[in-house]
Amino acid sequence: MLKILKARLQQGHRTIRYPDGPPPAVPDRLRGAPVIDAGKCAATSAAASAATSAATLEGNCRACVDACPTGAVSLENGLSLDLGRCLFCAQCAGACPTGALVFTQEHRLAARRRGDLLVGQGRAVRLAGALEPRLLGLFGRSLKLRQVSAGGCNACEADVNVLGTVGWDLGRFGIQFVAAPRHADGLLITGPVTQNMRLALEKTYAAVPEPKIVIAVGACAIAGGPYIGHAEALDGAGALLPVDLFIPGCPPHPLTILDGLLRLLGRVS
Amino acid sequence: MSPALNESRTALRTFTNGWSIDHASIPVLDPEAFAQAIVDAVAEGRRVVALFGAEARQQDATALYVVLADDDENLLAAARTEITGNSFASLTPRCPQVHLFEREIAEQYGLVPEGHPWLKPVRHHASWTGRDAWGREAGEPNLPGGELIAPGGGGFYRLEGEEVHEVAVGPVHAGIIEPGHFRFQCQGELVHHLEIALGYQHRGVERAMLGGPHAKGIHYAETVAGDTTIAHATSYCQVLESLSRCQKTARSQALRGISLELERLANHVGDLGALAGDVGFLPTASFCGRIRGDVLNMTARLCGSRFGRGMIRPGGVGFDVDTARIDTLLREIDAFDKDAHAAINLLWSTPSVMARFEGTGTLPRQAALDLGIVGPAARASGLERDVRQDQPCGVFRFAHIPASTVESGDVFGRAYMRWLEIHQSMRFIREQLRAMPAGARQTPVGALAPDSFVAALNEGWRGEVCHVAITDEAGRFSRYKIVDASFRNWSGLAYALRGQQISDFPLCNKSFNLSYCGFDL
Repeated sequence: MLKILKARLQQGHRTIRYPDGPPPAVPDRLRGAPVIDAGKCAATSAAASAATSAATLEGNCRACVDACPTGAVSLENGLSLDLGRCLFCAQCAGACPTGALVFTQEHRLAARRRGDLLVGQGRAVRLAGALEPRLLGLFGRSLKLRQVSAGGCNACEADVNVLGTVGWDLGRFGIQFVAAPRHADGLLITGPVTQNMRLALEKTYAAVPEPKIVIAVGACAIAGGPYIGHAEALDGAGALLPVDLFIPGCPPHPLTILDGLLRLLGRVS
Repeated sequence: MSPALNESRTALRTFTNGWSIDHASIPVLDPEAFAQAIVDAVAEGRRVVALFGAEARQQDATALYVVLADDDENLLAAARTEITGNSFASLTPRCPQVHLFEREIAEQYGLVPEGHPWLKPVRHHASWTGRDAWGREAGEPNLPGGELIAPGGGGFYRLEGEEVHEVAVGPVHAGIIEPGHFRFQCQGELVHHLEIALGYQHRGVERAMLGGPHAKGIHYAETVAGDTTIAHATSYCQVLESLSRCQKTARSQALRGISLELERLANHVGDLGALAGDVGFLPTASFCGRIRGDVLNMTARLCGSRFGRGMIRPGGVGFDVDTARIDTLLREIDAFDKDAHAAINLLWSTPSVMARFEGTGTLPRQAALDLGIVGPAARASGLERDVRQDQPCGVFRFAHIPASTVESGDVFGRAYMRWLEIHQSMRFIREQLRAMPAGARQTPVGALAPDSFVAALNEGWRGEVCHVAITDEAGRFSRYKIVDASFRNWSGLAYALRGQQISDFPLCNKSFNLSYCGFDL
């Protein structure tokens, strides 16, 4: 008993003060929200094209598009990046000869609508707002979620799980992961939704009482992740269910997930 | 050594971990000689690393390849055979450790291993060849009526009797955990048999690798099992590097080794916390949950991602370290050391914890040997096998990590094994950080050699991670085989549950902590 108390004293109080205090520091090499400067893009800006060497193929530079493994980068209608598809590998930024696309340490990424994850010139992620008043009244102070991994690689799952540790203490916001869908207010889905999990996911969703919400965490659950286009999976939860919150990343940092959940509940804005 | 053993040895092509060989140099044996070579090798103390099907060069045939490990000689060995027709004689009755490999061959290539004692699909997907080992309709994998191919289908081993009852759990479990189905045959609280049915996470990784290397290849490797990102990405990169004769710098190999051991630290400390949680000992459960996060943050300090995404890249690593970053990491390891000692040593001195750990879920040494168990689970049952020691590649050729073993084979053994390994990993990380060799972080990887064969093994935190690649005449992957430690060890968990209380299942399960997605691919 004395040993346990001694260890307890040594470990100290470790729960983050956020959101009452500042958020914990993110790693300096974190690849968070990307910023696009189309003025520098050799493909879409004549000035930038003229200023760079022949390596940019005289205005036909497609280095970022070619570097992206999931087709998240597009040059149609100007340079844009779909954070729903993005694995945050930053190969596009590494390939860009002019620095038109850079990843910042900004951790806030969650959006309410799929289209809000499109980043372009002068257009950042449209961050998620709170649930509509009726749902906010029901879930604002007590949100019980059932987690379903449907082809997830266990990285998103692990960093959702970490929110339950003493460091993050998700319970203080009234958010809790429950064992039964019958006890849940919604689902938190990870993975691209494999064909082999389709039925189980549908049954789990059906077992959640109305009204219910769906949260898609990670590139796989939003758009299929690396498994986009695979016959074995469905390119994300949106193919089966209405999604209320998209949290991008591969996997998202726990702070990104927490920020998304708190936004949904109107705790941060 | 008897002449017969010598004969079997010469029938195989020996090579080292991570070195590509000419595909033509792998001997083609007739099916009987192929089976006999495997049986003889296992009798000699070697073990099966991989057994898999592939397209044969000969029309209307399917090739089978075996990769064996001779851990005493630090050598791998390969052989192949070609099967014409729709079946081959199952080796499982003579060599139990191939039982899942044969089921996988049946599912992927539609070949029936005749005489296999429990021939069910593994991942529940349609055959790659259009020929189905169970005679099912092609193109209708999961439709209603196709019961056998649907996950969780295919019938379970059943115990009969008045007092017998069956407990079915999953695929969706109570916690934040991946899906799988567990079917227990119980008499009261006593588990007589557990059958584990997986496949729910099947994403088609191996199939997608064909024709590669593709741009997505490294991302597939990083997400085979997210908690084993470093080990799988390292094996994938070693495949590309050996096939393109790319010379990595000592610096990049040291950084890979550090990343691999950080991955081990994070998962081992997390598992010890979860084991404490499963026996209701909350102090260690709470402390370790946080300490695990501290290690993940160290990995993020290296590469920006807590799971090592972006760290391992073909030809080296994606991120370098300067002296300031090394100093910070060394300080963080010191803090981890202190915190981990205080949190984890409580386990071994708390009688209520030890009473639950000791004698629970015992996997006897012989069963571990027969089933081909790898990693900490094997070492906890007294088997001294560790890729870092036995088949060293990369930095582990120069910096040795001796394999520790425990004899008990129970939950305590698997828990204590992790604690021993935490010490070794800390020592290794400190040594490497303090003596970081000079050199570039990455060297370019060229085109892959045609008609070659390579096996790249790494000791992931769960155990052996094996990637095997075969290239065609154009230097593209004609087969890419991935074996996660979980593919070997789920059978160990099922075995360890025999004769246990069903209420001890979560504890036993956590003591193995196996991957669903790494198995399902």
